[in-house]
Amino acid sequence: MRQLLAYIKKEFYHVFRDSKTLILLFGMPIVQILLFGFALTNEIKNSELIICDYSNNKTSEKLIEKFRANNNFLLKEVIYDDHDYNQIFRESKVKLIITLPENFEGDLIHQGKSTVLLTADASDPNTSNTLVVYATNILYDFQKEMSNNVILIPYTIDTSIRMMYNPELKGAYNFVPGVMSLVLLLVCVLMTSVSIVREKELGTMEILLVSPTNPLIIIISKAIPYFLLSIVNLTVILLLSTYLLDMPINGSLFLLYLASSILILTALALGLLISNVTNSQEAAMLISLMGMLMPTILFTGFMFPIENMPLPLQIVSNIVPSRWYFIIVKDVVIKGLGFASIWKEMLVLMGMAIFLLALSLKKFKTRLE
Amino acid sequence: MEVIVKNISKSYDKKKVLALSDISFEVNSGELFGLIGPDGAGKTSLFRILATLLLPDEGSASLHGFDVVKSYKQIRKLLGYMPGKFSLYQDLTIEENLDFFATLFNTTIKENYDLIKDIYVQIEPFKNRRAGQLSGGMKQKLALCCALIHRPTILLLDEPTTGVDAVSRKEFWEMLKNLKKQGITILVSTPYMDEAMLCERIALIQNGSIMSIDTPQGIIDKYPYPLFAARADNMGKLLKDLRSSSLISSCNTFGDYHHICFVNDTYAKDIPDLKQDMIQLGNQNIEIKPIEPTIEDCFIQLMQK
Repeated sequence: MRQLLAYIKKEFYHVFRDSKTLILLFGMPIVQILLFGFALTNEIKNSELIICDYSNNKTSEKLIEKFRANNNFLLKEVIYDDHDYNQIFRESKVKLIITLPENFEGDLIHQGKSTVLLTADASDPNTSNTLVVYATNILYDFQKEMSNNVILIPYTIDTSIRMMYNPELKGAYNFVPGVMSLVLLLVCVLMTSVSIVREKELGTMEILLVSPTNPLIIIISKAIPYFLLSIVNLTVILLLSTYLLDMPINGSLFLLYLASSILILTALALGLLISNVTNSQEAAMLISLMGMLMPTILFTGFMFPIENMPLPLQIVSNIVPSRWYFIIVKDVVIKGLGFASIWKEMLVLMGMAIFLLALSLKKFKTRLE
Repeated sequence: MEVIVKNISKSYDKKKVLALSDISFEVNSGELFGLIGPDGAGKTSLFRILATLLLPDEGSASLHGFDVVKSYKQIRKLLGYMPGKFSLYQDLTIEENLDFFATLFNTTIKENYDLIKDIYVQIEPFKNRRAGQLSGGMKQKLALCCALIHRPTILLLDEPTTGVDAVSRKEFWEMLKNLKKQGITILVSTPYMDEAMLCERIALIQNGSIMSIDTPQGIIDKYPYPLFAARADNMGKLLKDLRSSSLISSCNTFGDYHHICFVNDTYAKDIPDLKQDMIQLGNQNIEIKPIEPTIEDCFIQLMQK
């Protein structure tokens, strides 16, 4: 026990005396959270818009006002006369042009319906689709407001859409759990693998081996400090996403930490395994970063939906630990679900952790060869 | 017998590189035993096998009665091992390093302080300095302290004086002599032939095999020929001329002199003849005198055999 404490103390000295490790450990998660949270979202904000208003009256003015107030769009210009749309798209950065017909107000009041033309630049299909949906929603809202003033309600079937858990369709709700999975996994794997391989490279492993220490203690003593540091990391990520990215934590915080602990454990075990089979810090780093980064990004599910992948890839995705953690975090943090709905995923992670730990213990060499 | 090595062979790279072939020797309890040989002779491989870090391909070895393969756990309790490369934590201070290794062996600095006291007092003023910032000599002292802190019965020191200045080297050997007095069996390897004289018994090792095992004096006494030292104004020319002389069987440079052996044992007559030949070839101020061979002479002679 005294040995274990000495090992852990030593490990903390290593971390806190190496500025590079510290930056990697705490800088990477913060940068990634901010990067994914702010820069890399698929939300569209302030997309430039041009409205061609051929009717130019109170009703159309009201509608234009609604577009002006919406922060998905930035109303660049309102045009009152005829223009070539091709030219507008070519000359400006607008992605959407809304055309209000000449008898917009009259049709709406007398016939109860009018047609608005949405012209989108579909060279980027995803963006244009999203923009059209945004615009349709605004038009729909407007139509409802207008019909409140009319006594006679025509027969129409309303589709009432409710975006559960994330009514504002915020990107952060998807990215934060994803980044949490990615960062926790990568940082833990990288840290542990490098720290053991460093002992091999410096030759200190030689002395550790030629001592009565149980290999189990060497391994545990490597895992515990990084486990604690990762929990700190997790807290930083959660604080950032709650206060900076406005992502509420709807579920139990305890459950989230429990599940995260299991993921961290899995990652640590993976790191130990990598360190057992490599002999240089570079190799360990390459395997943990390059070897882990791609599969994690691809198969976690926050960048590319796993449901859309071909079956073989879907099967492969099952061995990526962050995939299961991603589901847990989304369920707990965003949907606010309890243990009953995530126990399966937790069990899978647990199984991975135990398997990897057992394997790395078995692979641990008590000699140099 | 504290250390017994029997017919040990070891190769790397799927038998392509032979590191040790059929090595056997024994070390008595409390002995200061030296393994002398140049770089690549196999010293480190042998020490790693004894330190239970490598498995021998063939043969067996035991330390304090424990087999290095089967009973490696017992050996790891009683062994003090100092690898050739400085292998302490560079980012920990002297005191933290020592404290860590003491705890590793379930002891404390206090408990065995008397054993390391003489060495530790020399580095104690810098105990809050990180190991990475120490000089070569101080690093070696710290490493020795760390290897000694658990009062080992056998101490394995792999090239402890390589890369250390002459003064520190001398100090280091003084320390080893003091440790010997405490009854610790010490195995030390070194590429420096002059350090051989400081050991009780030595083994000369070259290309993975042991050429000779004896006391340093015993090895010198076994030198088969009378040895002479020769010098002249132009040493380069003298070396060339000596080597082409039919009277000479071997000629090697040692510092200011060329060490030479004659083909025949009629050297009383050969010396004047040789001098004459050398003068005729244009060498000036020639001096030839009989000398006692050094370990290096013996090593070269054994190597050429």
